[in-house]
Amino acid sequence: MNHHNSSDNNEKNIELNNEGKLKTFFNKDIISKRMNNRILLDKVAKKLFFGSILFALIILVILFYRIGVLSIGWIDLQFLTSNLSIFPEKAGIYGVLIGSFLLMVVVIPVTLLLGISTAIYLEEYAKKGRFQSFVNINISNLAGVPSVIFGLLGLTVFGRLLNLGSSILAGGLTLSLLVLPIIVAAGQEAIRAVPGFLRDGAYAMGATKWTTVRTVVLPSALPGILTGSILAVSRAIGETAPLVVLGIPALILRVPNSLMSDFTALPIQIYYWTLDTVLTPEYANMAAATIVVLLVLLFLLNSVAIVIRNKYQRRY
Amino acid sequence: MLNEKNNNHHQNNIVYDVKKLNLWYGDVLALKDINLTIRENQVTAIIGPSGCGKSTFIKTLNRMVDNIPAVRTSGEVLYYGTNIFSDTLRVEELRTSVGMVFQKPNPFPKSIYENVVYGPKIHGISDKKILSEITETSLKSASLWEEVKDRLHANAYGLSGGQQQRLCIARSLAIQPQVLLMDEPTSALDPIATNKIEELINELKKYYTIVIVTHNMQQAARISDITSFFLSGEVIETDATQKIFTNPNDKKTEDYITGKFG
Repeated sequence: MNHHNSSDNNEKNIELNNEGKLKTFFNKDIISKRMNNRILLDKVAKKLFFGSILFALIILVILFYRIGVLSIGWIDLQFLTSNLSIFPEKAGIYGVLIGSFLLMVVVIPVTLLLGISTAIYLEEYAKKGRFQSFVNINISNLAGVPSVIFGLLGLTVFGRLLNLGSSILAGGLTLSLLVLPIIVAAGQEAIRAVPGFLRDGAYAMGATKWTTVRTVVLPSALPGILTGSILAVSRAIGETAPLVVLGIPALILRVPNSLMSDFTALPIQIYYWTLDTVLTPEYANMAAATIVVLLVLLFLLNSVAIVIRNKYQRRY
Repeated sequence: MLNEKNNNHHQNNIVYDVKKLNLWYGDVLALKDINLTIRENQVTAIIGPSGCGKSTFIKTLNRMVDNIPAVRTSGEVLYYGTNIFSDTLRVEELRTSVGMVFQKPNPFPKSIYENVVYGPKIHGISDKKILSEITETSLKSASLWEEVKDRLHANAYGLSGGQQQRLCIARSLAIQPQVLLMDEPTSALDPIATNKIEELINELKKYYTIVIVTHNMQQAARISDITSFFLSGEVIETDATQKIFTNPNDKKTEDYITGKFG
């Protein structure tokens, strides 16, 4: 378009010096000298940042080395398929694995359903206003609440009030509460990342909000939601404190056979075996072997999350 | 229920009758006392400088402005005699009758086929045979069929920008609307793609009522029957396109179309 006004005072826009050349603001020599310093600083920064990574890596290597040495010779089929026993050489973690598995049977559907629904409500339905930001702040706060406090909540509500005791259901629901904020936050993030113009496309054809969410928003947000969910589930699998508070017995139990059974889970077994190392030194080896199993499980879950993310990631 | 046109092709049936429409974003009055009539099987172009409210206006016609927080309106927009703001009108139903094409092509990240059948599917058509018939008809109407008929199940994002926009037109046509709203449909496209869309609009106006917002005055002059000039949220002048571009009544219209501002 025509810029009518600017044509009259064109000469004032570019300031020139007395010789009719462009004014200079920079002394190139000084710039060059400072450049040396900046390049040096850049190299130092790179080394510092690499050092930070190294710190984490070294710790991880030490951890792997320690549990590797302790667990060698203890992880075998017998260890995975036998039940707990007072004789270390006969003991296995079959019942513990089943306990952890059944916990996930409770945690996964409960958290996915409640978490994703909450995220959908907050992002798509709730009016952007005080209520929404109040809930959002509280969800972030909940994510930071220590897990032992969730254990107390679980004990009060599920253990005592609903009389579920220290069953798998009580433990699973408690862990669900613990990881819900993670899934809600991940879900919100993923839903928010779905571009508005896709929703517009659906709305403009007479889609209702729920149809739009179901057919456009969720399919696009799914990779993000699933990644967040798997990370949350990994967290739940590895959590000890809430279960300790719930009063999971440190006894040798039968393999759990229903959601109402008493149970023990991988992290809690690690905890109890480590505690009892003073009595029976072999328990240290068994704890280490259980840690390996738990780490492998977590590694597998995280791999699934990464595969899903890479496979379904969409670009617009 | 909306009283859609009965099939007598009476040229001058009124589709939209906008009466004293005001629209606020919060406290900012974005549309001031708009009066405008839109008639069947005509292309009505809305022109005006950036920020004049033309985009807001076209989004009011299918109530897409509902999705913007803090929007308030007053006045009436009669669509075939029904006030679109009335409580008894279901906005989803309005939008099945009034399709919209956006500034930036926005196909879903699905296949070409899935994009076209999206509307029919969500409105309850599941018969595969009907759906593929709809696909062919809609893509043909959007002059895209020949280019994509061999790769209907390829991702829509593999298409060029112009093809994506025609796919979006096909997607809108798939639910057989009466009206097609186009919000600067060619502003993200190159001249060749733009030309194709303009030819398409010329074809479509025989069967649809088209309202198009455009930045490009030549485009308005080439494709529209009626042009309405918006400035600062007001309608300055609405008249036959021919008249607006050769002999406008208002000085402001003349200044705009001759490029004195904007």
